[in-house]
Amino acid sequence: MSPREIFALRDHLGAELKGRTISDAHDVVSLTDILSHTVLGGRLHELSGRAVLLKLSDQLRSGLAMIELDGIARRMLLCPPDLNPAHLDTLIADAGIDAVVTDEPDRRTETGVSLVVAAHLPLQAAAPAKTERATEWLMLTSGTSGVPKIAGHSLEALTGAIVAEGPARGPAPVWATFYDIRRYGGLQIFLRAILSGGSMVLSDPHEALAAHVARLNARGVSHISGTPSHWRKLLMSGSAAQFAPRYVRLSGEIADQAVLDGLKAAFPNSSVGHAYASTEAGVGFAVNDGLEGFPADYLGNRNGVEMKVVDGSLRIRSARTAHAYVGRNAAALTDADGFVDSGDIVELRGDRYYFVGRRGGIINIGGLKVHPEEIEAVINRHPDVRMSRAKSRKSPITGGIVVADVILTEGTDPARAKEIRDQILEQCRAQLTSHKVPAVIRFVETLDVTPAGKLARTDA
Amino acid sequence: MSVRSKVIEAIQQIAKEQHVTLPALSDDLSLHETGFDSLAFAILVARLEDETGVDPFTISEDAAFPATVGDFVRAYENVPA
Repeated sequence: MSPREIFALRDHLGAELKGRTISDAHDVVSLTDILSHTVLGGRLHELSGRAVLLKLSDQLRSGLAMIELDGIARRMLLCPPDLNPAHLDTLIADAGIDAVVTDEPDRRTETGVSLVVAAHLPLQAAAPAKTERATEWLMLTSGTSGVPKIAGHSLEALTGAIVAEGPARGPAPVWATFYDIRRYGGLQIFLRAILSGGSMVLSDPHEALAAHVARLNARGVSHISGTPSHWRKLLMSGSAAQFAPRYVRLSGEIADQAVLDGLKAAFPNSSVGHAYASTEAGVGFAVNDGLEGFPADYLGNRNGVEMKVVDGSLRIRSARTAHAYVGRNAAALTDADGFVDSGDIVELRGDRYYFVGRRGGIINIGGLKVHPEEIEAVINRHPDVRMSRAKSRKSPITGGIVVADVILTEGTDPARAKEIRDQILEQCRAQLTSHKVPAVIRFVETLDVTPAGKLARTDA
Repeated sequence: MSVRSKVIEAIQQIAKEQHVTLPALSDDLSLHETGFDSLAFAILVARLEDETGVDPFTISEDAAFPATVGDFVRAYENVPA
């Protein structure tokens, strides 16, 4: 017998709160009576105690399947939409998968897993299930070019920050996110919607931004999250003017002062906050004072999250981190003391820490290490710049130089390009050492963003 | 604009940005005497590559880096179109 009660997602859902929904661009599903319905064709009992691969083409059925499976399956592996199919066999072996939930049952027989359960809409009526166990949640890391790593979480770890914050004040929130909910950043928002008694509006990769914003408005979205790249795209689109959320959240990339100020200007009546979280380290903290970086006194033990800086990178130990990498040759997730090395490099200036970049993202400029994010943060401070990317370029003289691609804010007169270029360079020379100042600045219309919502740096 | 004037203009622009005071740019002026450091030359070569489409110092492996302003300009003038 378990010494304490196990809570699964279903235990946060009940018929007492009316009008709750989860929706995407095509369907609206009521969360109020979700426990007496099934997306799995009534076959949930077959998945009891199984290691289930959740491989669905859309977020709505994925979310509904998560609600059903949590507390019933032994573990479930969430497949994000951009997962390379070539990695599937390795992941199935590493996670010990013995059942698949999919909307393409014919194709899934290729995986060699014999138990295949189809997920489909509309929902069917079914007897409510009872929580049997604490299901292990397996999430894939993003950003690596090889087979992604599998990080194992418990629902308790995933919801640690949500429970610690307590319920939102005022009416039940309607949450939305630009992320996919099968990634850590998006899953946090899905879980917030479930635990907060609110509703959830899902993104759709095939929907134009203006149509997405119109849908967010129509569904009354009050709380919304995305990466700084997602938000910069929204600001560039001109669609922000029609939208007035109460709470705007950024995570997944460095939130520099320019994007925080841009959002505050676009949404003067919203609170704008940035959160630090990763698939491995869980949710570290949220910063709500409108400033980039975080106060130095966040280090140490704060609300059960311990943080320290070793060799420049942020290390985190808490009950919210993943508990292990899963798989045959899985590396250790934490050091001997239980700290996760985030790989995010921070720098203390005054009484605040600032994120300067990823350890793995360093570019080499004539033998000197440079974080492209540090250069971008300076470029982005120019009032006519919306977004930028710094990268290295080979040089026959010094081995490498910094070059930058820059997107100007919407409506900037192209005739001012030379003047703006000179001002950006002046600004960079005043704030960066000389080898970090871009040798060449190119004005571009777009910059690639990965499916995970981060500025693409693969060709850096 | 001739290749020569493109090169000279780029040198002057970078000198302005880098706060380098250039002597008169005669053909026999040694590149050392321009006051440019290696970073300034790296910027110059990168920008000229963007403008002219060529980087004469990467094309040929045994290309010696020029010694004078005149050699430098000729390196761009002598690239086959």
